[in-house]
Amino acid sequence: MTRHVVARAADLPPGTRKRVSVENRDIVVLNIKGELFALSDKCPHKGASLCGGLLTGLVRSTTPGEYQYDRAGEILRCPWHQWEFDVRTGRSYCDPRRLRLMQFPVAIEAGANVVEGPYKAETFNVTVEDDYIVLDVP
Amino acid sequence: MPLDDPMGPAITTDNGKGSAAPNRLAVIDGDIHPAVRSMADFKPYLSKRWWDHYETYGMRRKHGSANGEPYPKSAPLACRRDAWPEEGGRPGSSLRLMQEQHLDAYGIEAGILGPLGNTGQGEMNLELSAAMCSATNDWQRDTFTRPEKRLKAGLVVPYEDGVASAKEIERCGGDTDFGQVFLLTRSAEPLGNRRYWPIYEAAERYNLPIGFHVFGTSGHPVSGAGWPSYYIEEGAGHSTSCQTVVTSLVIEGVFEHFPKLKVVMIEGGFAWAPALAFRLDKIFERMRNEVPHLKRRPSEYIRDHVYFTTQPMEEPDDRRHVLDIMSWIGWDKLLFASDYPHWDFDDPFRAFPAGVTTEQHRRICAENGKSVFRLN
Amino acid sequence: MSADWKGAIDCDAHPHVPNIDALKRHMNDYWSETVDVRGITAFDSVAYPPNAPITMRPDWRADKSRGRARADSDAGRAAAALMDRHGFAHSILNCLYAVQLIRDEHMAAAFCRAVNDWVSAEWLDRDPRYRASIVLPLQNPELAVEEIERCASDKRFVQVLALAMGEHPLGKSHFWPVWKAAEKHGLAIGIHAGSSYHHATTGSGWPSYYLEDYAAQSLAFHTQLGSFIAEGVFVKFPKLKLVLIESGVTWIGPYLWRLSKFWRGVRLEVPWIDRSPIEFVRDHVRLTIQPFDAPASGETVGRLMDQLQSDQMLLFASDFPHWQFDNDDMLPVGIDATLRKKILIDNPLATYPRLGGSHAA
Repeated sequence: MTRHVVARAADLPPGTRKRVSVENRDIVVLNIKGELFALSDKCPHKGASLCGGLLTGLVRSTTPGEYQYDRAGEILRCPWHQWEFDVRTGRSYCDPRRLRLMQFPVAIEAGANVVEGPYKAETFNVTVEDDYIVLDVP
Repeated sequence: MPLDDPMGPAITTDNGKGSAAPNRLAVIDGDIHPAVRSMADFKPYLSKRWWDHYETYGMRRKHGSANGEPYPKSAPLACRRDAWPEEGGRPGSSLRLMQEQHLDAYGIEAGILGPLGNTGQGEMNLELSAAMCSATNDWQRDTFTRPEKRLKAGLVVPYEDGVASAKEIERCGGDTDFGQVFLLTRSAEPLGNRRYWPIYEAAERYNLPIGFHVFGTSGHPVSGAGWPSYYIEEGAGHSTSCQTVVTSLVIEGVFEHFPKLKVVMIEGGFAWAPALAFRLDKIFERMRNEVPHLKRRPSEYIRDHVYFTTQPMEEPDDRRHVLDIMSWIGWDKLLFASDYPHWDFDDPFRAFPAGVTTEQHRRICAENGKSVFRLN
Repeated sequence: MSADWKGAIDCDAHPHVPNIDALKRHMNDYWSETVDVRGITAFDSVAYPPNAPITMRPDWRADKSRGRARADSDAGRAAAALMDRHGFAHSILNCLYAVQLIRDEHMAAAFCRAVNDWVSAEWLDRDPRYRASIVLPLQNPELAVEEIERCASDKRFVQVLALAMGEHPLGKSHFWPVWKAAEKHGLAIGIHAGSSYHHATTGSGWPSYYLEDYAAQSLAFHTQLGSFIAEGVFVKFPKLKLVLIESGVTWIGPYLWRLSKFWRGVRLEVPWIDRSPIEFVRDHVRLTIQPFDAPASGETVGRLMDQLQSDQMLLFASDFPHWQFDNDDMLPVGIDATLRKKILIDNPLATYPRLGGSHAA
């Protein structure tokens, strides 16, 4: 497991997402209302980049005409075929057992820790003043 | 945690992104949708009379909706979220983005255009229909096929008026920028009906195949069983409108009268075709005396004259089922199509399941299109 | 008698109403007089032109030279041709008298009552092995419910009957009171090929040839199946069984692949469909096996059967007197003994609770 610094925290404010490449993996990092999620960016169906997908709520129903809507902004829809993925589990709605996105631990670390620790930051220099988004990638 | 791919490994893991490898397949794409940035793009190609008419009365298709669709799509304009041009306008309206994101990215050697929307097809006023079709054809040529030689235009015709349609084919058919005549599957009468024969006669003369693309407004319920409620029903049901077209062309004797005619069924999938052919053969066996103008079994006409684009690719749980279907239809009759920039897009390198051999894949993606579309 | 068919349950046979007088006897005074006053002679449908080959097998046709009526106009002759000859346990009668053509919903209800009473008196009472479907005036769902309530106490009615092409797709909530009544009484819903002809038989208008009309029937079944699933009928009425009768069968796999793929992308508009449409079909939908649209190749038939991914979906049917097969070739080639038994006996028993099988709900 290697920890990778992928962005300055300030560059990924709530409501934004970023596609990063780490260890030959494309990963989409999302900031949803201040909470960070990191998931494989490649749709397991046909390989579209999920970074271009829409975040919506989850609608469920137990009977025709009923629409139980919640978890606004936590369902990532593939930009191509509109399949839904839960950002908290990586699982698809339509086939949760077989079709799911790999999840990666993601956190904000203070620059002071990042400068000292065993991190890899390939694309930019880190400074002690800023906070950084750090991904654990196996 | 390995990620399962329920369709098994694809032909190649290359998803088309990045630079083209030197010996990559030169793909022929049977269904790309160009779009206007706005209706003003058609203005230079319309007479003042028809532009003023359009501005005053708009388009009137047989679904009652002045704008938008009676069955709202699953995404705006039924498009991929990643296909909206940065410079504005609709997906499909930017040649630059189409080149970068699609033609270059996937190594498309030839792409066949199919204009949808306010092209005049299905418009109730037949004169406006004809004027808009002409405008659409001229606009395609200036905007897409002249600047980009990989693209071939779909020659749209006001198909509810067979004579006017033949005239439009006369007007444009000699231009090699056009790769097919483009019709929609929902029509006022089944498309093998004699009122449409002038279209087939002209197309055959110009060596143009007829592409029948799903959608259209017929003025009838979308199904013989009435109007369904939901987009999922309308969408899944497009295969039935394709079956109506094929049945009508065969049974009405279009292929007897126009023996060189080739037709392409576009965007209705293809897995329905064998069951339909089995059904028609069986019924024909019982009641051939009703249709003495047919000299061969329905499946034979289908085998010789009908091509199928593969998109949206059928994806059964067991991929052997779709491989059976593909072999029954014939590996020489299937044509790759992407449907770019629409949401149910297929990628030429990931659409097909394991079990399709490299040679079969090459035929579907690169070879078969050459024998049907007018690519020159 | 061929032992091969012993105990089979024939899920589609058609009794023929010989003339208007046969129905008048089952009408009240007003409707009986109306038939005469207005000169109503028949409601026969062009869905099965009387002399078209598919409408009747040659050996079941009337033969004036021998003074023989058509085989489907007499309960005794039909019983001899089906249950006596082959040893079927039951034949389920689906009367196709074209009540669906009628625009006046009250007249439609009167004709439905007459047809159901005629089936009861002239067929069910004549041979205890017969079972039947209740013909419904779906022109008005309230009247259809009334007809179910009127007939349901007679347990020989095992199903309610609709046609593949009516005014609206049958999954729409407009029809739910009817399906609710059917579920309550343990009646399956049967949809048979045919049309009300209240609008064109294809989404692109009226075809020229009868052959196209018959071909188009299978397309209407696509719509009906999509409608029942998308509208959530099986969510609302979880005990229902839907039987697609004379649909051609082999269209269903490819259609379900499309429907299920669409569902993955657009399920947000029908969130009550909380699993793949294919799963609903396996639980709720059955198909009668005549006609089976396939070439006479055991290998091809086997591959097509495999598409169903279930051995519970097919129900045996003779489709008497329609000309779907010759001699006794009532099943497609290439069906093994295990599947054959399921199709002939087990699956019908599991589909129709009123047949009293061990699978009955």
